[in-house]
Amino acid sequence: MNKNNHKFKIEPDRSSYPQPDENGNLQIDLSSGKFVKVWHGPNHPGVTGNMSLELTLSGDEVVEAKTHVGYLHRGFEKLFERRTWMQCFPTVVRMCVPEPDSNEYNLAASMEELSGIEVPEYAQWMRMLVLEMARIGNLLRLLPAHAGTMGLGLGVQWGVYLRDLILDRFEELTGARIYHMFIIPGGVRGKLPEGFKDRLLSNLKDIDDFLLRFKRLAIDNAVFKKRAIGTGVVPPEWVDKFGVVGPNARAAGYRRDVRLDTPYLLYDQLDFECYVDENAASDVYSRTWVRYMDLKYTVDMIRQILDKMPEDGEILARIPNAMHWKVPAGETYVRSESSRGEYGFYVASDGSEFPRRIQLRGPSFNHALSLLEKMLVNANIADVSAIMVSLATCPPEIER
Amino acid sequence: MKLKDIITPFSAWSNIVKKPVTIKDPLNERPGADRYRGFHKNDVEACIGCGTCEAACENQAIDMVPVDGIETTKEDSGLRPLVDYGRCCWCALCVDVCTTDSLTMSNEYTWVSDNPDDFRYIPGVDKKPWDNSEKGWKKPDYSLYDPKRVDMEEIEPDDRISNFIEIVKGYSKEQAEKEADRCVSCGLCIATCPAHMDIPGYIKSIRDGDMEKGLQLLYDTNPLPEICGRVCTHRCEEVCSIGVKGDALAIRWLKRYIADNVPFEDYKRILGLDSLPENDKHIAIIGAGPSGISAAYYLRTLGYRVTVFEGKAKPGGATMYGIPKYRLPMEMLEQEIGLLEEMGVVFQFNTMVGREIKFTEVYTAYDAVFMGVGYEKPYLIAIDGEDAEGSIQAIDFLRDVNENKKPDLGHHVAVIGGGNVAMDAARVSRRFGAEVTVLYRRRIVDMPSDPEEIEGAEHEKVHLEPQAIPTRIIKDENGKVKGIEYLKAEMVADSKGGRPKPVAIEGSETILNVSTVIGAIGQEGYFEFLGTEFLEKLEMNRGKVITKENMETTIPRLFAGGDTVNKTADAISAIADGHKAAKGIDELLQANK
Repeated sequence: MNKNNHKFKIEPDRSSYPQPDENGNLQIDLSSGKFVKVWHGPNHPGVTGNMSLELTLSGDEVVEAKTHVGYLHRGFEKLFERRTWMQCFPTVVRMCVPEPDSNEYNLAASMEELSGIEVPEYAQWMRMLVLEMARIGNLLRLLPAHAGTMGLGLGVQWGVYLRDLILDRFEELTGARIYHMFIIPGGVRGKLPEGFKDRLLSNLKDIDDFLLRFKRLAIDNAVFKKRAIGTGVVPPEWVDKFGVVGPNARAAGYRRDVRLDTPYLLYDQLDFECYVDENAASDVYSRTWVRYMDLKYTVDMIRQILDKMPEDGEILARIPNAMHWKVPAGETYVRSESSRGEYGFYVASDGSEFPRRIQLRGPSFNHALSLLEKMLVNANIADVSAIMVSLATCPPEIER
Repeated sequence: MKLKDIITPFSAWSNIVKKPVTIKDPLNERPGADRYRGFHKNDVEACIGCGTCEAACENQAIDMVPVDGIETTKEDSGLRPLVDYGRCCWCALCVDVCTTDSLTMSNEYTWVSDNPDDFRYIPGVDKKPWDNSEKGWKKPDYSLYDPKRVDMEEIEPDDRISNFIEIVKGYSKEQAEKEADRCVSCGLCIATCPAHMDIPGYIKSIRDGDMEKGLQLLYDTNPLPEICGRVCTHRCEEVCSIGVKGDALAIRWLKRYIADNVPFEDYKRILGLDSLPENDKHIAIIGAGPSGISAAYYLRTLGYRVTVFEGKAKPGGATMYGIPKYRLPMEMLEQEIGLLEEMGVVFQFNTMVGREIKFTEVYTAYDAVFMGVGYEKPYLIAIDGEDAEGSIQAIDFLRDVNENKKPDLGHHVAVIGGGNVAMDAARVSRRFGAEVTVLYRRRIVDMPSDPEEIEGAEHEKVHLEPQAIPTRIIKDENGKVKGIEYLKAEMVADSKGGRPKPVAIEGSETILNVSTVIGAIGQEGYFEFLGTEFLEKLEMNRGKVITKENMETTIPRLFAGGDTVNKTADAISAIADGHKAAKGIDELLQANK
């Protein structure tokens, strides 16, 4: 008997699934009774914020997905047009709760660029520290959530505890835990408190330990591997088609990192590399691994920053009067690398005390709105959350 | 699937033996960080109610409200910030822009109340448990506006002592814009300015580069901005909120910048004076000083026909005859008067009411009369020898100099007094090559003169002799001044709590050899021109004419303003009086129509 005869090979019967027409579009006749419409969100533990997915299911398989936004619209970009430049500073943070600092930095950098202001060196180091701390804070929430969506909640508890420690550090450095409002246009709002370095370094040690434990818990977990590998694949050719950036692009084998591509602040003085999945597996597991490595590298980067930054220095450049700062007429596009990828601000000034236009270009706009719709087709309903979370989408970036 | 991958996740069981990391809230108290942005605190004593916090708040969470027990004064609006925690986002921008550093935040972050209205409160007034908390957010070591004033360039003392060229050079465009940028538009200055000029408004127009708008704002309340931009007593700068922790805005120089940077030919167009309304009412104005000119300008813009009677050959009153040219060049005045003439205001110079024309005639011929006659009569020092040749009065001396007469001062001049007129007399005397000693009864800090005038005099090597009480002027055989004798004084605290009084020290007589003595201890009004009948009806109080709110005196249809009415006796108050009187006259005549 041939050995091969022992192996079963099951060819799934897909005859009852919708078939593509000559254009490749699935033929879905809702009146046939074969399909179920399911609303996934806007309030659902498996979505990343207030947006909803309108799923058409055939059995437990998604055959069509539509993304719906509009649940979170606060009209920020319009609000900016009625606020003075400095009043925008406490408002921009609200466009991303877990990692507001990219917003602060982008607004500050665009105002400084248009006004021709050079930020003092110490303030630039402080900004890098804050931005990397924010990255850690967000990754500690995101990374365990990959496993969390598949039922492994323990990692989330570990991550949230460590994130809380980082928020403690934020509290003593910036005066607030969530909305730091620290990177003020022109500089930063304070120096390192006494003993801060040691406390932060001790937290970083805890995170090192967490990385080890989390690897054992989730990344090397047979169940997680079974579900995550091969799920939610972003074909590398989609990366440019959909404008995929950041960790999601790195999982697809693209070396995309604004800090390396167009260094800002003093990132060129740091010795770091971004992790790229050489195999370009680009599935949920690959993205989890990229985030895992991101966290590891960021911890190292903060150690470098603390080591290299000057002991003391100026925190604020001489800026025009904050009460009526007139940013010279002009336009700019400022970008920085958030934990979710390239985060950009298009800023236009007509030379008045109020911004003419501040438009935000968050990575989630592409990831959650257009890419997700395509990725969910043929996915299992149970994997929808995992796919969405693995893209690290953030709906406030879509609705500004 | 590797066996290892099935087993390793169970390593998480090791947590069973670890201590939990969560805090048992509320059993364990967790204080906020030292820098935490918690609930607001306000040092209400230090707060001046400038409202910069209110303006900075992007959520309109702060309202400035009146508070019982806090009086409105010149330096304090009497308002205090009320914070609405339904709107606040704890960004602490209000703290960072606070001009007095009075507003701070505690590190307290829990506050439980079942009454939603509690969360609108006035920090520092409504007592809270965190009021005395040491920790919390304070303004970082930076300033979100420049606390330092842009220096005004002046001619060096050695270069200016020999001439009457204007000392202050004026701001350049960059300097003016930089200075204007420092303003936080709190408006405390508006309340203090006697004319209530829209100071933040015209400073904003400098920032916007819109000089025409700036000029319109100036003329809304002040038709003599060129003059006020140079010699105003700038009480606005004394209350400037930026001045609490830094240098006050140079409001006067900014006003001057606007007035100097609009071509005079364009004034009529910008101010819309080309086609003024006309009516058949005729108003007489006695005295072409600042109050008279101000009244004439506003009455003319309201459509009245205006005739100004001036006893001297030129208009301007004290500003023309009393202020040295190095402070106020003559052209400025002539330019402003020219504008009024173009508007149709009739000036009758060398026509003194009571001399060339009787007051009764004026009073009966015109629908209303405004009297802005100023202080013409100097107080005498009342000491022996004051009748000597060479013992003169400052206002006569300054007038002669401005009329291009060359006085013979001799080698050494003694100026008696400590006001602006005394400083002017001293500094002018220096320009004629004389050594100058200023004798003043009290201390230098008590001098009523502007500090910058005292400083200017010191730079020009005027010797200030404080606590010196003149006792007699010594004459030579020809009746000329030979010297002045004075007693040293010591300051004795006033039992009633007033300012300390100088008391002469017996036996401390000092003689100073001088060739000229200039008295500058003050002036008073002169009303004889009204004639006995009217003079009896005119009610006065301590030399000041009593007027109603609309500047009408106790004689119907006779309005008054300027030095003879207001207490401060300066140009800006006179201008304000003129404006008020113009409105008063308009209201009166409209009501009688």
